[in-house]
Amino acid sequence: MARKLLKAYVSKNQLMFGEKTMRKTKSIALGIALAVGTFTASGAMAATTLENVKEKGHLQCGVTTGLPGFSQPDEKGNWTGIDVDTCRAVAAAIFGDASAVEFTPLTAKERFTALQSGEIDMLSRNTTWTLTRDASLGLNFAGVNYYDGQGFLINKDIGVDDALQLDGASICIQAGTTTELNLSDYFRAKGMEFKPIVFDTSEQTVQGFSAGRCDVLTSDRSQLAALRSKLSDPSAAKILPNTISKEPLGPVVRQGDDQWFNIVKWVLSVQINAEELGVTSANADDMLKSDNPNIQRLLGTDGDMGAKLGLPDDFGHKVVKLVGNYGEMYDRNVGPDTPLGLDRGINALWTDGGIMYAPPVR
Amino acid sequence: MAESTMKPPKKALSPVKWMREHLFSTWYNALLTLAVGYLLVTSVGPLLNWLLFEANFQGQDASDCTGAGACWLFISQRLNFFIYGFYPDELQWRVDAMFLLLAIAFVPQFIERFPGRKWLGIFGMTGLPIIGYFLIPGGTFGLEVVESTKWGGLMLTLILAYIGILASLPIGILLALGRRSEMPIIRGLSVVFIEVWRAVPLITVLFMASVMLPLFLPEGVNFEKLARALIGITLWQSAYMAEVIRGGLQAIPRGQYEAADALGLGYWRKMGLVILPQALKMVIPGIVNTFISLFKDTTLVLIIGLFDVLGTVQSTVTDPAWQNVAIEGYVFVAFCFWVFCFGISRYSQNLERKLDTGHKT
Repeated sequence: MARKLLKAYVSKNQLMFGEKTMRKTKSIALGIALAVGTFTASGAMAATTLENVKEKGHLQCGVTTGLPGFSQPDEKGNWTGIDVDTCRAVAAAIFGDASAVEFTPLTAKERFTALQSGEIDMLSRNTTWTLTRDASLGLNFAGVNYYDGQGFLINKDIGVDDALQLDGASICIQAGTTTELNLSDYFRAKGMEFKPIVFDTSEQTVQGFSAGRCDVLTSDRSQLAALRSKLSDPSAAKILPNTISKEPLGPVVRQGDDQWFNIVKWVLSVQINAEELGVTSANADDMLKSDNPNIQRLLGTDGDMGAKLGLPDDFGHKVVKLVGNYGEMYDRNVGPDTPLGLDRGINALWTDGGIMYAPPVR
Repeated sequence: MAESTMKPPKKALSPVKWMREHLFSTWYNALLTLAVGYLLVTSVGPLLNWLLFEANFQGQDASDCTGAGACWLFISQRLNFFIYGFYPDELQWRVDAMFLLLAIAFVPQFIERFPGRKWLGIFGMTGLPIIGYFLIPGGTFGLEVVESTKWGGLMLTLILAYIGILASLPIGILLALGRRSEMPIIRGLSVVFIEVWRAVPLITVLFMASVMLPLFLPEGVNFEKLARALIGITLWQSAYMAEVIRGGLQAIPRGQYEAADALGLGYWRKMGLVILPQALKMVIPGIVNTFISLFKDTTLVLIIGLFDVLGTVQSTVTDPAWQNVAIEGYVFVAFCFWVFCFGISRYSQNLERKLDTGHKT
């Protein structure tokens, strides 16, 4: 009996050790599969993303789970926002129908996996273009649809006009965002101290600021105005002029399908060029008769710009007519007349003193 | 003699006497009564004011929320979204039909002597999920397809909880029996399954299902996110259920097993006819407890981007067009959960009373 038990024990142990080494090799194999998988994922596929999208009959687009002005469901459950319109523009270019798009709400953690695994065709989710993401995740950033940056909202009572005077301040931040990292980078670079007060969601952060838990609230500038409007007394708070980080936000596609990458990149470029050339959703039809060769190429009355991308030649006309040019998209979702009330600032066209500049359609 | 036939003094006291006896019996009880009374008076009034009397029910948009109380307008304007998520308006009758069938199957369970309520209950656990399987996603019988990415709100919460509850009970029973089995392989597998799933937080399971799993699947094979989450929730829940039921199995006296053996019953008949009916009855509170906690745990799908009722509310309370509607939103969610969880709990008490055959005391 005892011998039997001993034997069982030994074999059990062997099994355990065997399992351990096996697990190790398995995890290495998985790691390699992961690394290789992201590389070859779309390359090994027979059909291109465009073909897949056309076959499905709609574009699958990843958005946030609710961020005012960028992607948020309205009272009828329709998605609205500048990121949403960026997706609609691509759908308009492919199908001539801005509603041929389905949205997948994604959290910050799962957004890249969803794109890598092919669950979505493009990601338009308030995502900052950084070297690490561009180079190591098997993704390509197809442009910038909003230049954001991190700023500060302060309580007027503390009598501060500049971020450099914030030494020793207590600052409300939302956990798990790059905001936290930018903030500590900035304070360390300036040799200043701060006391972080971390909250889980943006409402809690506002409530904390409102209740006087901190003197300063930090977030992306695009959200500060909306957060300020949620305070019980908005006039007691103001936004500091400083911007402490660069946050170029834009649509992302999988690496390895250059045609698809080009489509997303050029649809956005067409919208920016349309604003520059004065083509709007209202006058897109009249502009078809324009003599300006730039407008003719943009709207597809001259040349075969669409064919080069694998799209119908009039894709530019469809994009501008159905979704609008960049300026319309901006004003509708985040502009001065919306609750977010954001001025164009650096998002103005390069001709108006901003940095929004798109390569020419020719 | 006459004294012995006198009735005992009536226990029904006048209100003043009742209060003296129950609220002001000693000086410290009197103090506590006064303190609690003061708190009630000062808090209930403003609370009711906020909830009802000064609240805003009518209007078109945010500017109509002028009263000092809650802005229920926000909820009523978005009720459709909170209940159906992104489900297309013109197809919502399908969801309504399921709600109706759900009510027909389960509301009579609260009414004693409702004709055929047993059959309605059985329908609720067999026919209803089958009808739902065809009706909600569509694609058969000429019904238009509605992808699961469009499901949301209260409807999604109910789907997750209902399927989780319905599937985890039988799996849990099998696992509990497996764990007490005398066959080493079955016992071993059951133990490993239960211990692995029970030792992992639900959030981890959901993350694995939504973030890691798609990377291991070949390109183009796309399990729906909802299906992945559902499988994860069900397996996780079965492990818990198994342990609750095992508790019941262990509480059955040995004599019952031996008696069943003596009658010459085989394993399945012994378990099905003798042991399980007693064991399950004994652990009703535990089972219901697990159901209720599952119902509330479904909100965790929020972190993998599925819009359950909490998710739909959370995604819209940040709408800058409305001022501070977060409290209204969360009160609404709490109310939804309370209604369902309280319902489940009342039903279980009902069931316990009915099945009580006097083992207790």
